[in-house]
Amino acid sequence: MSDLLNAFAIAGKAFFGFQAIFFALLAVGLNVHFGYTGLLNFGQIAFAMVGGFGIAISVSQWGLPFWVGVLVGILAAVVLALLLGLPTLRLRADYLAIVTIAMSEGLRLVFRSVSATPVTGGTRGLSAFNGDFIALAPWDTQHRYHILGTTWSGGELWVALVGWVLVTLFSLLVWQLMRSPWGRVVKAIREDEDAVRALGKNVYAYKMQALVLGGVIGAFGGMVYAVNTGSAIPDQYQSANTFLAYAALILGGAARVLGPVIGSMILLFILQFADTGLRAMISNGVIPSELLSSTDVAQIRFVLVGIGLMLLLVFRPQGIFGDRREVMLDAR
Amino acid sequence: MPAEPAAHGAHAARPDEPPAGSAPASAGTEKAAPRRLAQAALRDLPWEIGVAKPDPTVVVDGVTRTFGGLTAVSVDHLEIQRGGITGLIGPNGAGKTTLFNLLTGFDQPDTGTWSFDGRSLGKLSPHQVARLGVVRTFQLTKALSRLTVLQNMLLGAQGQRGESFLRALVPGTWRRQETENTEKAMELLQRFKLDAKSDDFAGILSGGQRKLLEMARALMSDPQVVMLDEPMAGVNPALTQSLLGHVKDLREEGMTVIFVEHDMDVVRDISDWVVVMAAGRIIAEGPPESISQNKAVVDAYLGAHHDAPLTVDDEDRVLAEAEASIAREGHPDQGVISSDRPHPRRTDR
Repeated sequence: MSDLLNAFAIAGKAFFGFQAIFFALLAVGLNVHFGYTGLLNFGQIAFAMVGGFGIAISVSQWGLPFWVGVLVGILAAVVLALLLGLPTLRLRADYLAIVTIAMSEGLRLVFRSVSATPVTGGTRGLSAFNGDFIALAPWDTQHRYHILGTTWSGGELWVALVGWVLVTLFSLLVWQLMRSPWGRVVKAIREDEDAVRALGKNVYAYKMQALVLGGVIGAFGGMVYAVNTGSAIPDQYQSANTFLAYAALILGGAARVLGPVIGSMILLFILQFADTGLRAMISNGVIPSELLSSTDVAQIRFVLVGIGLMLLLVFRPQGIFGDRREVMLDAR
Repeated sequence: MPAEPAAHGAHAARPDEPPAGSAPASAGTEKAAPRRLAQAALRDLPWEIGVAKPDPTVVVDGVTRTFGGLTAVSVDHLEIQRGGITGLIGPNGAGKTTLFNLLTGFDQPDTGTWSFDGRSLGKLSPHQVARLGVVRTFQLTKALSRLTVLQNMLLGAQGQRGESFLRALVPGTWRRQETENTEKAMELLQRFKLDAKSDDFAGILSGGQRKLLEMARALMSDPQVVMLDEPMAGVNPALTQSLLGHVKDLREEGMTVIFVEHDMDVVRDISDWVVVMAAGRIIAEGPPESISQNKAVVDAYLGAHHDAPLTVDDEDRVLAEAEASIAREGHPDQGVISSDRPHPRRTDR
């Protein structure tokens, strides 16, 4: 029983931790792209990577102040969105999907390559760029705080606080945009581009704005991740993260302001709870070790999440916050 | 840039109207005295391909579009009379929809120029054409399913401040305009009898209601030219009548209507001028009554050697021809007026 409680507490930390923030920001960005505008961006992690490395390279390589690094990260995300969008947004949705997934993998491989090592640190990445930010914390960042059975360092708490403020701000931004006429145009583009063109809207410009906005939000996710871990390593930014963010978005409900946020929190909770819980059950002998060893747990938890998502899509296709009527319209 | 008010077209058409019996263009004169200015203006024109209209709004010159070896559209010259309803008919694959796509910027031609009110529309993208006041609907209705009916309507409004990214963040800059647009949208929805559905998703509407919504949405932009691609396709007969009424209303408000239709009864009923296309070319032009007598048209529809026994449709056509010739004998100086009378509807089938 105490094992279970312990697993619950650790999962609770994941629920509020920096990874949940990371996925929440990725998914909020994807929600702008996919949920509202209908853009299939399979390379969201690339935006996170340029965001994280924007800070890392600016601070530890170029010696710029931290906040300039943040600006560099945002700018890099804008440039990336323009590069991806300019050639593809005039084409069908599939082309953006192809280009973004290729770009995200390609960019990661370039960042970890030997020739890029002088700038990006190659496979070892960069570190020691978050000092200025951690120093801003109003409490002692070296001290360890015990909250509800979990241990947080002061730095973690600070990043989590700022991270959740960012998530809140971006959620408010998305909420305000999507209830405005701008949001109406963007949602209409998701439904049918040609109809929107025939009504005198510059579809290309709207898609580009949405791509940039979602990309910048994703870049902030990468910054939170890099600042919390204190290092930026290209291989942290695997494409699988994009798809986990999609899973979080669909879990919470696409085209809903809070869908991606709650979805990410629950996704991280389930992953962590399955991990700690299964390990506890194996060590207790509840699960015989012939059936499952603790080394399998890391994979099994994703299987559990997959089964959970399948059940969700069968019984609640709109996700947690979605509107069933709205989702069912597609089936007609 | 917002479109000009709809009434503009009506004023422009005024010089051509007959001196007697002219009522104001606005104010629901729909049933009382339909003013068919365009018909009057077009009355004395020769029934020739590419004939110059007294007051053209859309002019097409030498437009060709080929897909590989297939020439989809090859139009030498075409003028569309302002304030009138021009029917565009032709067998399947005649190039009607392609011509629509070219005129509205959804497709670019290989050669040719075309203009709207003297302004060239070549190289303009679809949204720029729409902003000039030329809106279109689609053959396969494009209701925006996961938006409500009202949101669909509001999307049609032009010059919305809240549609810019930065101003969208400051509701004060667009809230009043939004309220005005909502009022206008509800009025239009009432006219199209969709007001009860304003908060429903457009995706749950029936096919006919979607056609109505698409037309109403197009009207939100205060267009000067409305291009309807098969507005009656798949709509039940009762709703067809109401749609027809709405199309006639557009003319009463001074808009120019160009529509593609297959139902000859509909075409005869509402058009002032009919353009017939086949295999990408315009093969005939004239008032609706002239078309069924045209040998090229009959050949295009039925094949050059149609010796088969008459079908109900053919009987109707023959009947219409007879009527038209009787009408012409009765009024040799006026050409044909029979379409002003209600057309004898088929009772059986």
